[in-house]
Amino acid sequence: MVEIDARGRSCPEPVIMAKRALKENEEIDVLVDNRASLENVQRYGRAMKKQVSAKEEGTGWRIEIRR
Amino acid sequence: MADDMERAGLTSLVRSSGCNAKLPPGDLHRVLSELPPFHSEALIAGYESADDAFVYDLGDGRVLIETVDFFPPMVDDPFLFGEIAAANALSDIYAMGAEPSVALSIACFPSCLDLDVLKSIMLGARSKTDEAGCAIAGGHTISDREPKFGLAVTAVYDKDKVWTNGGARSGDSIILTKRLGVGVLMTASKGGECPEEAFDDAVLSMRTLNRHARNTAVRYSIHAATDVTGFSLLGHSAEMAEASECTIEINSSSLPVHRSAYDLAAFGFLPEGRYTNEDYIGSKVSFPEGFDRTLKDLMFSPETSGGLLLSMPKDDAENYVRSMEGNAWIIGRVIDRASLPVAVIM
Repeated sequence: MVEIDARGRSCPEPVIMAKRALKENEEIDVLVDNRASLENVQRYGRAMKKQVSAKEEGTGWRIEIRR
Repeated sequence: MADDMERAGLTSLVRSSGCNAKLPPGDLHRVLSELPPFHSEALIAGYESADDAFVYDLGDGRVLIETVDFFPPMVDDPFLFGEIAAANALSDIYAMGAEPSVALSIACFPSCLDLDVLKSIMLGARSKTDEAGCAIAGGHTISDREPKFGLAVTAVYDKDKVWTNGGARSGDSIILTKRLGVGVLMTASKGGECPEEAFDDAVLSMRTLNRHARNTAVRYSIHAATDVTGFSLLGHSAEMAEASECTIEINSSSLPVHRSAYDLAAFGFLPEGRYTNEDYIGSKVSFPEGFDRTLKDLMFSPETSGGLLLSMPKDDAENYVRSMEGNAWIIGRVIDRASLPVAVIM
């Protein structure tokens, strides 16, 4: 699984990182550490018609974007 | 070094921009509520009333109205940034129904940037204060890693003509004088994802003074007024409803939204303030079941240099919208206080 580490980044950067990664991969995981990124990356995944889920991991979240 | 930074543009130097850079409202409120209260007979509106500016009674039928607003850039062009920062700061005076008389500039500026950039910011601000008929009488500039600019603006006005956010009456129509979505478009722009035409619309909207909206509105019976900025449409509506002890019903199908803003919001280009705004005022707003999630995002998103939010009698509202020729929209109405200050309907 391709893992995108967007921790320490503020919006819109994590969304841009997810967008770039989804151009080359059908499924990715995105690590984020703030709520705006958690919400915004999930919105991006859903707008791209993907299955999206998130779970807490460490001090942040892992967002799983699946086809 | 200076050349590199200029090429990269002003926005590359800042983490958040425009009214989205406001401290989360809940945090600020906590601090302010812990300060010892201050009462003065002459202070008609202060920070306790959550109005756009303070109003100080001069005792001769006139009041002093004063406000301060500054923020980091949301556009790379320094002249445009100066225009937007000035239009945004001047707006608080228009939202009180007054006209700005004199202003002081507040600037934070990185020592690594060329001073011509600062000059352009100030010239941009000057073009807007000139348009407003307001003098910039001085200011203060400090060295800082992130550039920031704004104005402290003063107006002297007739006491009985001042608008506050506290006079909305049941039966009034609620009017908005600029489209929503600037905060979303600027967030997308920071990621290089905002279409050029949408960016231009947003910039034009932000640099447009609320002067014409105010000058046209003084011909009608304005019961309450504020402007829509970092606290979002819903936040500022909630403030008006609470100050007026009524409920504001917003008809979501009548909201004016900048082109592309809805699509970009759906793709997650939402400013951080969208979430802190909901934390603070989410409990004051009701939505119908199954309400459009993206429209909700837009209504909670911070705006920069947004339009006036006006409460006036229904007939006046219709005439006002007609005289504003496409630059004002009736977006809701005032009803008796319901369970929550703001009710969004479809």
